[in-house]
Amino acid sequence: MIYFKLFLAFFKIGIFSFGGGYAMLPLIEKQVIYQNNWIDYEGFIDIIATSQMTPGPIAINSATFIGYKIGGVLGSIVSTMGVVLAPTIMILILSKYLLQFNKSKTVQSIFEGLRPALIGLILASAYSVGKTSIFDYTTFLIVTLMLIIINKTKIHPIATIFVSACLGVFFYI
Amino acid sequence: MKRRILKLFIIFLKIGAFTFGGGYAMIPLIEKEVVEKNNWIEKEEFLDSLAACQSVPGALAVNNAVYIGYKLEGLLGALAAALGVILPSFFIILIIAAIFTTIKSYSIVNAIFIGIRACVVALIATAGLRLLKDMKKKNMFMVSMIVISFISIAVFNINPFIIVVVSSVAGIVKNRLIKNKRKRANHDIF
Repeated sequence: MIYFKLFLAFFKIGIFSFGGGYAMLPLIEKQVIYQNNWIDYEGFIDIIATSQMTPGPIAINSATFIGYKIGGVLGSIVSTMGVVLAPTIMILILSKYLLQFNKSKTVQSIFEGLRPALIGLILASAYSVGKTSIFDYTTFLIVTLMLIIINKTKIHPIATIFVSACLGVFFYI
Repeated sequence: MKRRILKLFIIFLKIGAFTFGGGYAMIPLIEKEVVEKNNWIEKEEFLDSLAACQSVPGALAVNNAVYIGYKLEGLLGALAAALGVILPSFFIILIIAAIFTTIKSYSIVNAIFIGIRACVVALIATAGLRLLKDMKKKNMFMVSMIVISFISIAVFNINPFIIVVVSSVAGIVKNRLIKNKRKRANHDIF
């Protein structure tokens, strides 16, 4: 049953998506591309790009997008519910015991290991997206240029996406 | 009380509609509404709630909405705030997904997406590099964790779930080892 499968896949993504945003890209990639073959790699990058241009967390956006593609409106609803369910329950429990929890030595130790691993996860997803997105000198130049602009100026990320879109039209049409 | 639930919903609807680029970008927005304008919680507690929201899985925006909603109006408040923050992106993405297949066949759309896909690489890399820069003390343990997790995914294609679990355990083991070493050092002194 496709709705159950969608729910389960995004429930799993929800449980393991520590660090939010980009850190969960490899998880989403694994579930929707390799384990379930729901979309191909290019479609996956399109979803990331779309999530960047529209408001909202990437987890919700990709759940809605993929859910709709695979199971229509109902599919998008079950996927979105799946991805928020586990974190919501955890937050509800946590808000009752917040202070004790934060001071626990074990929890702090876990985060000491988790945080650097998350950086590795994010950089790995930049690498794997790059393998598909960079296919000639021009795309390589766009990536380099955007890296410099994002890091050296205060330009909003949405503006860099817009500029890149214009460069795409300029060079590839 | 009912009015505050509605207000929670509307405030988080607004936040959900204007959160571009996800996560951290909406922290100042929530703070403005919840701490400054409505005086619902103290600034201190807001910061604590952010730390708590980052320490569980899930999107920061949704987690924070649930936390604040629950704090103010219990389960119903949590539900109202979470729905508020989710609904705008849900409907926008739904519309885009519905027309995406049609517009993708135009060559201009294709060219646009070649450009955008390149930009996405830069954005993701920047997110990783900024976190790296924000790490206060860089030691051998951290550097090797970054390298190991990068290589396991990029080269060996290992399941990220495994890396999440293994790195958590590594953090615990490392701190246990340090503690034992200190204990032994103390024994030597006395």
